[in-house]
Order: sequence, then C-alpha cells, then structure tokens
Amino acid sequence: MSIDISTARKVAHLARIAVKEEDLPALAGELSAVLAFMEQLNEVDVEGVEPMTSVTPMRLKRRKDVVTDGNIQKQILSNAPDAREGFFAVPKVVE
Amino acid sequence: MTKLNELTIAAARDMLRKGEVTSAELTEACLSAIDGAGALNAFVHKTPEIARDRAAAADQRIKAGEAPAMCGIPVGIKDLFCTRGVPSQAASNILKGFKPEYESTVSQQLVDAGAVMLGKLNMDEFAMGSSNETSCYGNAVNPWRRGNDDAALTPGGSSGGSASAVAADLCLGATGTDTGGSIRQPAAFTGITGIKPTYGRCSRWGIVAFASSLDQAGPMTKDVRDAAIMLGAMCGHDPKDSTSADLPVPDFEAALTGDIRGKKIGIPREYRMDGMPDEIEKLWADGTAMLKDAGAEIVDISLPHTKYALPAYYVVAPAEASSNLARYDGVRYGHRAKLGQGDGITEMYEKTRAEGFGHEVQRRVMIGTYVLSAGFYDAYYNRARKVRALIKRDFETVFADGIDAILTPATPSAAFGLGEMAEADPIAMYLNDVFTVTVNLAGLPGVAVPTGLDRQGLPLGLQLIGRPWEEGALLNHAYVLERAAGFVARPAKWW
Repeated sequence: MSIDISTARKVAHLARIAVKEEDLPALAGELSAVLAFMEQLNEVDVEGVEPMTSVTPMRLKRRKDVVTDGNIQKQILSNAPDAREGFFAVPKVVE
Repeated sequence: MTKLNELTIAAARDMLRKGEVTSAELTEACLSAIDGAGALNAFVHKTPEIARDRAAAADQRIKAGEAPAMCGIPVGIKDLFCTRGVPSQAASNILKGFKPEYESTVSQQLVDAGAVMLGKLNMDEFAMGSSNETSCYGNAVNPWRRGNDDAALTPGGSSGGSASAVAADLCLGATGTDTGGSIRQPAAFTGITGIKPTYGRCSRWGIVAFASSLDQAGPMTKDVRDAAIMLGAMCGHDPKDSTSADLPVPDFEAALTGDIRGKKIGIPREYRMDGMPDEIEKLWADGTAMLKDAGAEIVDISLPHTKYALPAYYVVAPAEASSNLARYDGVRYGHRAKLGQGDGITEMYEKTRAEGFGHEVQRRVMIGTYVLSAGFYDAYYNRARKVRALIKRDFETVFADGIDAILTPATPSAAFGLGEMAEADPIAMYLNDVFTVTVNLAGLPGVAVPTGLDRQGLPLGLQLIGRPWEEGALLNHAYVLERAAGFVARPAKWW
C-alpha cells in the first residue's frame, strides 16, 4: 500500500499536525516505506486467531464509583498555557 | 580505592548500614561527578537541593536503624517519569515548562524507600528512538569510545541518559522504561545491566505514556545484584494503574543463589539473523557455554513468529502512541503555538503539535493514525494484534515444554556513532530492537547483561528472557552469566 500526497495530507489533518504543502511528498514517501515494511504481516496465517487485547490474562480491577479527589483547581490549571478565571482558555470555538 | 560514586548499590547499602559512609557523602560525590560530566549530556535537569534534603533525611533514617535497601542511594530518574515540581518533559518541546503537581508511583516508591533523586535523565523524545538522537535536549553521549577514536557514540535509546549516567558513575542506579527494548539496548551499549520486568510489575501511573500495552519501567544498574535490589523498590501493586498486578513482590536479591543446575535454557534458532556479525555469534555461543558449564541444560527451541515481531510492533506501538499523544493539544499543559489572525482551535492544535513534536514522533503519530483509520483498521491494526497473539503463543509453548529461560543477543551490534544512522531509513534504526521487541509484545521479563567486548573495545550484551512473574529466577540466571563472563571493563574517562 503506497501513500499518495492526498492521503498524507488527510493523515496529517487527522493527527492534527500541520504539514507544509511542500513537505507532503517526502512525508508520503516515508509513510509508504514504513507501511511497506508492515506488509510482511500479510504472510502470516492468522485464521481463527483472536486479536490480543490484554498482555497478561487478568481481569481488570473494579473500584468503587466514588469521588476520591477534588478541590485542586489551582493545581490542575498550574501548567495551562492560558488559564483565566479558573478555566482553560482557548480560541473561540463557536461562531 | 573506589570513589564513592563508583560504588554499587549493594556496596553502598552495606557501608551506609555499617556507618562507614553517609548518604550526604555519596550524594556529594555523585553531584560533583555530574557537574564534571556535561559532555555526556546525561542529566538534563539537575536537582541538587532535593538530593541534599533527601540525603539528610536518609541519613537520619539509617541512624534510626530502619532503613530499606535503597535508603540513601543516589539515583537518576528518566525524564519520562513525572516528578513533583521538577521539569518532566519526556525530552519533548511540547512539554516545555511542564512541572507536574504529582509524582509517578515508581518514583514515589523510590522516595518512600529513601532513595535520593539527583536529577532527570536524557532520553529519546517520548521514548521513541534507539539512539537518544530524537531528544529535545540534544544527544546523550556514551562514555565508551572505540579505542583511541574520539568519535562520539550513542548510548542507545530510548533510556540513553540513564545508561550513560550509570556507565559513567554519575549515579549508583537509574530508572529506565522499555517499550521495545529501551532499557535493554542502552544497557548493552554501555556495559551495564538493565531489566524490563513482566508487564504489570511496575505501575505505569505518572509515567508519560508511549504505548500503554508495551511500556514497563525497570532499573538500570552496574550489576545484577543492584538490579534485583532496585527492582524490588520500584515494583508492586498500584490501584491507580488498572494493569498493575496485584501480586506479592518477592525478595529478588534472595533469589540470587548462583545455582542454575538442571535449568533448561532455550536457544531460539530464529534469532540467528542473516548477516549477524561474527562477534555477536561468538558472544552468544560463549554465553551458552557459560550457562552449560554452570549445569544448565541447553535446548534448541523455535519461536516461529519472531520475524514478524518488528512489523507487528511498528503497527501496535504507533497506534497506541497516536492515541496517547492526542492529549498534547496546547490546552492543559506544555507548549501552545502562537496563533495568527483568525486562527481557530483546529489551527491551534495543528500548529502546536507541528511545533512541539519532533520529526520521529510526528511520523509515528501519523503512522498510528493511519493504521487506526477507517478502512485500514482491520488490515493493519487488527492483523498486528493477531500476530502479537501468535508471538506470545510461541513463548507460552516453549515455557510449557519446560524451558526456564531463553538466551539471545541483546542487540545486533555494538554502539554506533551519533549521526551515523542519519541518512539511513527509519527501518534500519528500528532493527536495533529486533531481539528485544518480542519480549514487550509477549509481556515477558527480559534482562540485558554485559558479557564481552567487541574488537574495538566496546561492550556487548546478552539478553535472558524469563517466564512471566519470575524475575527472581531470571535475575539468578543473569547472575550466573555475569559471574561466568567476569565483565569488568570500564570506559576510560575522557569527559
């Protein structure tokens, strides 16, 4: 499977990474090379094999659905690039 | 006379308990070694105040006679671990300025055990790399050189700073993390010991996530005994990580009996790669002979899906990374791009991530995005997960047949020069992990032990792979190998 420029543009957008138009051909080439390497997986007979979901066969622990933490607004906002009046601030999202 | 920063953890512990040295003295020795080792670029955030405070507290505790093994031991922490109030950037510009309000479980356990944090260690960005060349801090440098050649070599990656720091005696031990070989490959490249425990042994809570089903923390130390001691302090059940195993932590050091008589060691034929250097072949054969001489039974085994481990890994790991790294959006922490007139939130995400992520991270996030996208999910991601199940089954089969441990080379070569792989395609770099990724895919414990030098005087290591949850037995095999190999070479100090 080879990735063309328009697929590379689409993948970059899905990943929310800005890629300059002139960099797309190189990106498409790199992605194609990695995918070509993965093509080997098509040689394997995977008929009837369940995809692995858990590395170690264990049941996930359940915990009580209760509040165990809170009132730490200052800590939560302490690393924000832009925090105002107790909120994370972002560019306008509603027109 | 051994300088204090050159001590092993075990030797320092014994001296601390006998009152022959204080943690404050050990800590000062390490801090001055760090200050003199700027050329290695191993420590990227130094924390001398924290170190001195913790050393003083440790000395009190030791005096009171209730000190655990790691109490007073100066260690380095990989930058991937969140440490309260101390920059924790995963070597990425996107986390520039990030100071966590919390402490990772593993580093907290080390604090609780009385260990002394000296600072944060260099690594590949988000642990994605095998040479420490993707770091936003610049390359970490291997203290080893090829004879008299002063070309700078890679310490390996992603835990390159940890490996360099331990090999150069800047600390007594360091934390690493291993997603595809990131503890074992750098350990092999720098002549030290590194163990990746069974998936679930160490809590992942507070460690910046790369590929959650593969990531595990582990110690990087000067010898096997130290690995046993430090691993014991790092692991244990943590309710904050749902994949953390609720199993008792055995005394790993007590497992080092040096007796492996009657144990069955598997030699997997699929690990004999085409074009493998003679020196690696010989190292492996020598290691096999050492274990045989120690009374183990050597068994040829087959792990038929080995060849597919790397391609499966390079689907699964980027897929998980693309999902984990979605959190870096410029909203809650880290870098946010300067926005232009009229830029909305999508432009903010796209510009922030383009500026903040380095090239390799961007490539892996995009590969992951692609293999998870509609129409390709089954062809790539699901197929890779099926192949992963087969790789795990290969190991289960040989363990069910009575194999106790598996011996393989740790890396396909010795440390290479920084910049030497710059023109190579990414796949060539990925081949560094050819012997180690299988272990992550199957969730098994694996340890790298230095056993020889190559023609140019660089260290080479072997890998032992153990049964799940049997790190003690695995370390005992490594201990036998270490004693038989008698690896004592040290890098000549040039920095």
